[in-house]
Amino acid sequence: MKKAPAALQREIRSTNGRSATRIFKNYWQLYVMLLLPVIYILIYNYGPMIGLQMAFKDYTPSLGMFKSPWVGLKYFKKFFNDYQFTRTIINTVRTSVYSLAVNFPFPIILALCINLLRNEKYKKTVQMVMYAPHFISIVVLVGMMNQILNPYVGLYGNIYKMFTGSYAPNILADSKSFIHLYVWSGVWQNMGYSSIIYLAALSGISPDLHEAAQIDGASRFKRVLHVDIPGIVPTIVIMLILNCGRIMNIGFEKIYLMQNPINLKESQVISTLVYEKSFGGAGGSATKYSYSTAIGLFNSVVNFVLIVTVNKITSKLSETSLW
Amino acid sequence: MSKTHNKISDSREDKIFNIIIHIIIAALLVIIAYPLIFVLSSSFSSKDAVTNGKVFLFPVDFSLEGYEAVFKKNDVIIGYRNTFIYTIIGTMINLFLTMIAAYPLSRKDLPFGKGLILLFTFTMIFSGGMIPTYMLVKSVGLINKPAVMVLVGSISAYNLIIARTFIQNNIPIELLEASRIDGCSDFLYFAKIVLPLSKSVIAVLTLYYAITHWNSYFNAFIYLNNRKYWPLQLYLREILLENQIDASQIVDPELQEAKQGMANLLKYSLIVVSTIPVMLLYPFIQKHFVTGVMIGSVKG
Repeated sequence: MKKAPAALQREIRSTNGRSATRIFKNYWQLYVMLLLPVIYILIYNYGPMIGLQMAFKDYTPSLGMFKSPWVGLKYFKKFFNDYQFTRTIINTVRTSVYSLAVNFPFPIILALCINLLRNEKYKKTVQMVMYAPHFISIVVLVGMMNQILNPYVGLYGNIYKMFTGSYAPNILADSKSFIHLYVWSGVWQNMGYSSIIYLAALSGISPDLHEAAQIDGASRFKRVLHVDIPGIVPTIVIMLILNCGRIMNIGFEKIYLMQNPINLKESQVISTLVYEKSFGGAGGSATKYSYSTAIGLFNSVVNFVLIVTVNKITSKLSETSLW
Repeated sequence: MSKTHNKISDSREDKIFNIIIHIIIAALLVIIAYPLIFVLSSSFSSKDAVTNGKVFLFPVDFSLEGYEAVFKKNDVIIGYRNTFIYTIIGTMINLFLTMIAAYPLSRKDLPFGKGLILLFTFTMIFSGGMIPTYMLVKSVGLINKPAVMVLVGSISAYNLIIARTFIQNNIPIELLEASRIDGCSDFLYFAKIVLPLSKSVIAVLTLYYAITHWNSYFNAFIYLNNRKYWPLQLYLREILLENQIDASQIVDPELQEAKQGMANLLKYSLIVVSTIPVMLLYPFIQKHFVTGVMIGSVKG
């Protein structure tokens, strides 16, 4: 770590006294710069946290958020007894565990392979093609999937018809195939981009190690096994643990777009349930907001606990941690 | 093996391994690239060629009728214009707020700096959630106002950390010291030294923010009812996905084929048109986002 120059150190020392006027005199400009972002974050990110009280109240718009009566854990109990509760939790965990299991190894394999390419130009081209799908929007991704997999006019339907002469089974309308489509389209979209971090780790491995192994007569395959892979194990462990922290946290956007009445049983996860309870379907009472806030809060708390635990584990295992 | 080789030459095992690696890479390349090529080729084919499934790799009966249909759609034009405005204004607001926060937070001598950083990073791991955020947006009167598209979610804590780490690692503290001696204020130092030296991280953040604006539909979906304010992605959703449920319920495939025809071709062209701006930028920005991931991973 670089040492701060003398004058700055003097300044640091002077602030150690915590004399308010001193701090103000030396740092007011920095605080002025922070003012707008801090106010913004307090309103936009912390403001909604005040609204979390709705989860413990019977929210009635005419009374407003603060005057609505407290009802304790009523809505949490309601959620635990909801017929959708078990199913939604199972769907959420199942989708993300499957997603993690499949999405995790591909970028590592890809990075190991790309790292072995010796022609720089080819390597660059491969990387460019591989990263591209990451920048496609979710709407377009799901749209592409619907186009290509359409059993009547899509590529999949056409190929099926060419070989069998009959129409293909409609996998878009099959509830069983939902999770596979969700997960594998994710692999397609993010495999390349996720490999960047492993490529970075691989480029950090000292060439001396490879040379030494080479002199000892290790083949390329042996060097991948005994030099490359051990070199990126720390990165792999951290990524794995971080991903485990997100296991209950499935984003709304993609699942929602892929949902239809036929696959709803398999595709309802917590975030889409929150949406459905508050905005979807036929009206419902005003207290629906309380109910969906409670579901959302339950999910946020679980996520928070998971990520904090996971971060504790990572910081024990290595220097790296989220904060 | 010839004796003139003075490099360690590949053994038989290495050669086989090399071939396997190339096969894996080639297979992955095909899997990734083929859907993109297929969509592109379909978009330049004729309606009949697309509907009858003649397109596999290259455009068949090259035609621009899909694109003509796309640009005749008023919705697409409106959506495009709106998204363009939201992306430009939104990204500028994002960058402004992120950079003015990143510099003070990069100063290790800032009193209460640690606490302030925590204030930002905490938002990465806990949030009020969908409904309380909706209530807040409602209470500040932004529902159904186009301003909601550029004012909601303007600071990403993750990007803030990238910017802060970059400033800490790349701008030597001696510069601050020297500018102090010249009587330079923090404002001036930020504007004249920090910003010009942060060009590469600003490029990364511009990318991240702009692509997020271009691609996201969630905020508009939740907060905007008025169609004339809709961004492109919402119109896309309507055009690309509204038939999804029909498609799964139609029992007569012949009818489905007849019904689709033009609509089908239009979708391919629309996918291309909506993705083109991002894909055009993409080759230029590739090296930048790699940098971004690197900085982000140093202290993610």
